[in-house]
Amino acid sequence: MDYAIYFFNDLLKIFALVIPVLISVAMIVWVDRRVWGAVQLRKGPNVVGPFGLFQTLADALKYIFKEVIIPVRANKVIFVIAPIVTMSLALVSWAVIPFSESLVVADINVGILYIFAVSSLGVYGIIMAGWASNSKYPFLGALRSAAQMVSYEVSIGLIIINVLLCAGSLNLKDIVLAQKSIWFAIPLFPMFVIFFISALAETNRPPFDLPEAEAELVAGYQTEYSGMMYALFWLGEYANILLMCGLGTILFLGGWLSPIDVYPFNAIPGPIWFIFKILLLFFLFAMVKAIVPRYRYDQLMRLGWKIFLPFSLFWVVLTSAFLYFFNLLPA
Amino acid sequence: MNLKTSRLLKTVFLSEFVKSLYLAFIYIFKRRATVNYPFEKGSISPRFRGEHALRRYPDGEERCIACKLCEAVCPAQAITIEAEPRADGSRRTTRYDIDMLKCIYCGLCQESCPVDAIVQGPNFEFATETREELYYNKEKLLENGDKWEKELAHNIRVDKSFR
Amino acid sequence: MIAHAIIFYFLSTITILSTIMVIASRNTVHSVFFLILDFVSAACLFIMLGAEFVGMILLIVYVGAVAVLFLFVVMMLEGNFEKIKQGFLQYLPIGFFIGIVIFLELIVVIGGWQYKSEFIGTSKIIYDANETNTEQLGKLIYTDFFLPFQISGLVLLVAMIGAILLTFRRRTNMKRQDMVKQSSRERVDSISSVDAEINKGVKVND
Repeated sequence: MDYAIYFFNDLLKIFALVIPVLISVAMIVWVDRRVWGAVQLRKGPNVVGPFGLFQTLADALKYIFKEVIIPVRANKVIFVIAPIVTMSLALVSWAVIPFSESLVVADINVGILYIFAVSSLGVYGIIMAGWASNSKYPFLGALRSAAQMVSYEVSIGLIIINVLLCAGSLNLKDIVLAQKSIWFAIPLFPMFVIFFISALAETNRPPFDLPEAEAELVAGYQTEYSGMMYALFWLGEYANILLMCGLGTILFLGGWLSPIDVYPFNAIPGPIWFIFKILLLFFLFAMVKAIVPRYRYDQLMRLGWKIFLPFSLFWVVLTSAFLYFFNLLPA
Repeated sequence: MNLKTSRLLKTVFLSEFVKSLYLAFIYIFKRRATVNYPFEKGSISPRFRGEHALRRYPDGEERCIACKLCEAVCPAQAITIEAEPRADGSRRTTRYDIDMLKCIYCGLCQESCPVDAIVQGPNFEFATETREELYYNKEKLLENGDKWEKELAHNIRVDKSFR
Repeated sequence: MIAHAIIFYFLSTITILSTIMVIASRNTVHSVFFLILDFVSAACLFIMLGAEFVGMILLIVYVGAVAVLFLFVVMMLEGNFEKIKQGFLQYLPIGFFIGIVIFLELIVVIGGWQYKSEFIGTSKIIYDANETNTEQLGKLIYTDFFLPFQISGLVLLVAMIGAILLTFRRRTNMKRQDMVKQSSRERVDSISSVDAEINKGVKVND
């Protein structure tokens, strides 16, 4: 009987997390399109609902009623599993994200490793999609974006090590609490910038949206997908972007903490600060999409392996040396 | 080493990125270049070549005299006309079809018409859900003419001095 | 405890079945996917044992990086399996022999440690319930086993450099792009505006 209670309690918690996340993914797609439109002197979606807020829901409805086409020569099982893998992995990571000191579904010791592991699993959704489509462009697109994601994961890993050195814990809550005096974005500013750029590459956002370079690869690994399966990829991508913004907030911008610990600011509840910071980062994501031209593939690889990797490795050495010599290492 | 110091500094401090970010931010608050389409529409020239219409004289008599000049001139061969003498002896069309899917909206039918019967109106919002609905017949075209007569007459009057 | 047992048996069944499928499935790409499933469920088992750090590292390193490269190679090589299978009987004795040798070595390794007097047993490692196992693992690796750990890292580094060196060759008959040169080219380097005099023109210095 106890098990049943625990089970339903956990199930309720999961629903209480996943549904707001899905809704905010829908909203974030709208924000993205509005910002992009605003920069290009357009209006953006503004018809469905107030200010067009329900545009994504309308799109989702359209996708649901569209026909799902599975190519004849495709490997059907893997073809269908791939978008499900992408979407569910994008949602699974949210379990360890702390919205405030008490508001977290799973407060585990190795939270940051968990997020890192799940995001590294995200490559498989793409590879499976590309391979199962049994077609040239999806395969090439999948190889490209998988290689891209694996490469930038390395530099993200090293950046995370920098933060961990300062925080002294793998628990996301402890990492946030370690930023009570100063946000890590200030002492580790170069790392914050590199994290941001790597997050762009990791989520296949412009300027690193090579799988979407339609002149070369049609639509990359998504070429053969249609209807709801395509929508799952699309939502998974945005859920990942949101997650990366959340991760950036936790690692560098002090999570749910208010920027200054004085009255009118610290009276605002933590989750609101957290969401506000995520939105701020996402606004930057959207702006980058609007202003930066796409990278060439070799430039992308060069940036990841020859610049970001050595630089963040060097910064790890610098940070640990600094912390060691000034006796600042966290207990 | 081909790298210049100024360039290196620009790259490392992402100065061009920051500059463009600032520019993009300013653009957010600029006046929109687009109109709010389904609710607002851009102005249309009197010469705009939109949906076809067959006009009538003010007394209700159809203008078309079945000279078939439009059928002959149509480069897409979208127009099909069949004609017979009517009971009162005047020559009229019994069939006037335009395949709107073939039509390239060149406006030659309008140019060739000696009695200003076939014209292209200002309407461009006639999308349909099936192809069949876009095979216009005489009835549909006359109906269009009745519906848009005010605008069509105005457009022809305005454009007259340039012809 | 029952729920724990059910989950454990569920995961271990998946692990064993997918391990069998790795060698049983006819499609090589499928067998790599089964290998990944195997890794993932093994990581889950590690987490169930309370070794969350090891489980996560298994996921990050093996599933996130090694298996991806593995999958790349297998996908690229996909092709004529009949040709590969041709010499099967011919190589069977050699393969069998190597298998036997590895099996014997494994017996020696696993059976031998009990008779070694100076072997540091796992029971000697003190488990402190107050610390997370990540911290304990860190302390163990960077104090007691510092040298072996660093040396194994060096061995891997040497292997990596060797692999790169073996496959690296610089082709001379192709044009290369100098990316630094490309991106450091600026407006002033390539464009200059000149007032051209009538009937005289401008001398272009190239």
